[in-house]
Amino acid sequence: MTSVRGTAVSLALGVAALVSLAATVGLGLSLPTTVEQDDYSRLIAIHPGLAWASYVAFGVTALASLAWLWPGTRSRTADLVAGASAEAGVVFTALTLLTGSIWGRPTWGTWWVWDARLTLSALMLALYLGYLALRRVPADPDTRARRAAVAALLAVLVVPLNHFAVEWWRTLHQGRSLQQLDPGRSLDGIFIGAMLLGFLAMSLVYAWFVVTRLRTLRLESELEDVALDLALTERRAEAVEALKA
Amino acid sequence: MWRDALLVAGKDLRVEARSRVATNQVLPFAVLVLVLFAFALEPDRGVLRTAAAGLFWVAVLLATVLAVSRSAALESGDGGRDALRLSGLDPAGVFLGKAGAVAVQLVALELVLGVGVVVLYDLEPAGLGTLAVTALVATLGLAAAGTLYGALASGLRVRETLLPLLLLPVVAPVLLAATRASEAALGTGVVGIDAGEWVGLLAAFAVVYLAAGVIAFGPLLEEG
Amino acid sequence: MDPVVRLRAAVCLLDRFPALAGVDLEVDAGEVVLLRGPNGAGKTTLLRALAGLVPVVAGEATVLGHDLRRSPRAVRREVGLLGHGSGLYEDLTVLDNARFWARAAGRGPADAEAALARLGLTGRLLAVPVGRLSAGQRRRAALAAVAARRPALWLLDEPHAGLDAAGRDLLDGLVRDAAAGGATVLLASHELERAGALAGRTVLVAGGQALPDPAGRGSDRRAEAAGVA
Repeated sequence: MTSVRGTAVSLALGVAALVSLAATVGLGLSLPTTVEQDDYSRLIAIHPGLAWASYVAFGVTALASLAWLWPGTRSRTADLVAGASAEAGVVFTALTLLTGSIWGRPTWGTWWVWDARLTLSALMLALYLGYLALRRVPADPDTRARRAAVAALLAVLVVPLNHFAVEWWRTLHQGRSLQQLDPGRSLDGIFIGAMLLGFLAMSLVYAWFVVTRLRTLRLESELEDVALDLALTERRAEAVEALKA
Repeated sequence: MWRDALLVAGKDLRVEARSRVATNQVLPFAVLVLVLFAFALEPDRGVLRTAAAGLFWVAVLLATVLAVSRSAALESGDGGRDALRLSGLDPAGVFLGKAGAVAVQLVALELVLGVGVVVLYDLEPAGLGTLAVTALVATLGLAAAGTLYGALASGLRVRETLLPLLLLPVVAPVLLAATRASEAALGTGVVGIDAGEWVGLLAAFAVVYLAAGVIAFGPLLEEG
Repeated sequence: MDPVVRLRAAVCLLDRFPALAGVDLEVDAGEVVLLRGPNGAGKTTLLRALAGLVPVVAGEATVLGHDLRRSPRAVRREVGLLGHGSGLYEDLTVLDNARFWARAAGRGPADAEAALARLGLTGRLLAVPVGRLSAGQRRRAALAAVAARRPALWLLDEPHAGLDAAGRDLLDGLVRDAAAGGATVLLASHELERAGALAGRTVLVAGGQALPDPAGRGSDRRAEAAGVA
């Protein structure tokens, strides 16, 4: 039986996530401002980390879906992990878009920049939302799990295609790009450090989210098993009734 | 597999010949979309002409959703899903056959729409060879992805709303690539586009989704 | 000779609901068995499970030598299921439908036409789209599609429903010929008189299980052998 309170692992994970997130924010706020981007350059601490986490979530959903489809590794856990990871992914992708928008605004003057990465993230959000909608459709659990797994893998197939398409598209236009705001070129190690810390923090937050959500989903699933046993008993009782009739 | 594919494609096209849904409903809808674009955009300032390629492909995309939805609905009739599973047909063949039938209908639609765009948007036709190749390859990808997602959403009570939500983000790269290649052919786009690269992307998309369909259609058909 | 159908404690779930809650059933080749029971008892699910359409999640299940738990799809080519739906394309004609389903099963157009004729669907009717047929004609067309496959195991779910007297006679003839030709027939029906006359024995399906029919007719060899009847 899954415990309601959570295991030591998830607790440790939660604490680690919280600590690293706090550190990231702290470090981010203490970063020096740059001439061009003023305060907003500090977003480097969290924006790339969020994007990274959303890709990880996507990847995990795809792997879990693969595991579910393969008869050798098929299990309800695989299906639940795919779902939990996708839910996390939606959150991270949305935040990526939000922070990307905020980051670009002061420099470019608009709320949205049609750069390759943001556009790809927007598409990923749409794919995720479709996937989650599919998971909520009324149907028996096996059908749902199978369809969702296939959808997840198909979505992964399209990501590289999208990536190339959007990259080529945007380089044509020499336009505004968040990548141009990236430090990679010339900034101090402190910025890189903040970014890497952000990666770590977001990864931990993601992991904690998935583990916690998984626990809830497992509990729901165990509840359904109990209900099934009950239903089996009642069903067999019908036979007794029919014979008497 | 190919024998089954031809059998199923023939069956789907025969159904279309009898019911004429594509010709009487989907085609007018697509033309209507073109007209609505003209209402929304300024017809006199040449905006339509510049945007023609993109608008054309958006109309095709929307028509694809309808065509694919109809294709999937054929098998959802009165016990149709069971019949298909019991039939002895190779699911991969069924997929290819259905995708093929959708592709044929889409190509026919594109021909008419192409004429529509030239007439309605005052477009100078050019680079017809490139346009034809682009359209064919793009259509293959659209039909394959569409048929696959049609199966994914089939039999579910919310299919009509779910299918566009699932399909459109996935075919977004096709829209992008096809429009760029078409613009290169027509000369209405940004200078320096190489249509060849975009067609290559379309081909990759088509290959990926045809393969995915051949693999995934069978499992999707199961456990309705 | 191995039984055509062999189920031991088979369980089938429909959306978490145990439609079959432990079925024991054995049917030999050439038998005609009537399944009767109240609505919701599991007769339809049983037939569909035997066709390999519904997965068996517990117990043993073997049909025509195929293990349903391991490879449910293998059995489908050899069975013919007539369900509640017609399984036909509404926009296509009777003839087109029969030809398509026959060819799909690897049979020729001749088989399709013979089956159609056998069920009284000839002449003008052949060119009518299925959507415009009456319920009874549609049933006949669906039956023809099944007959054209020449299956080794016939699974008929309430086949008489919707048929007129002539149609019912044709159906009975079809069943008798099939059994005489070595095929096995299971039919679920509420038409106890007519179906009972066709069948060699009756099985009562209730509460997701199969029991020898306590109210059944005398020729229940199995029950007698088990000393139950």
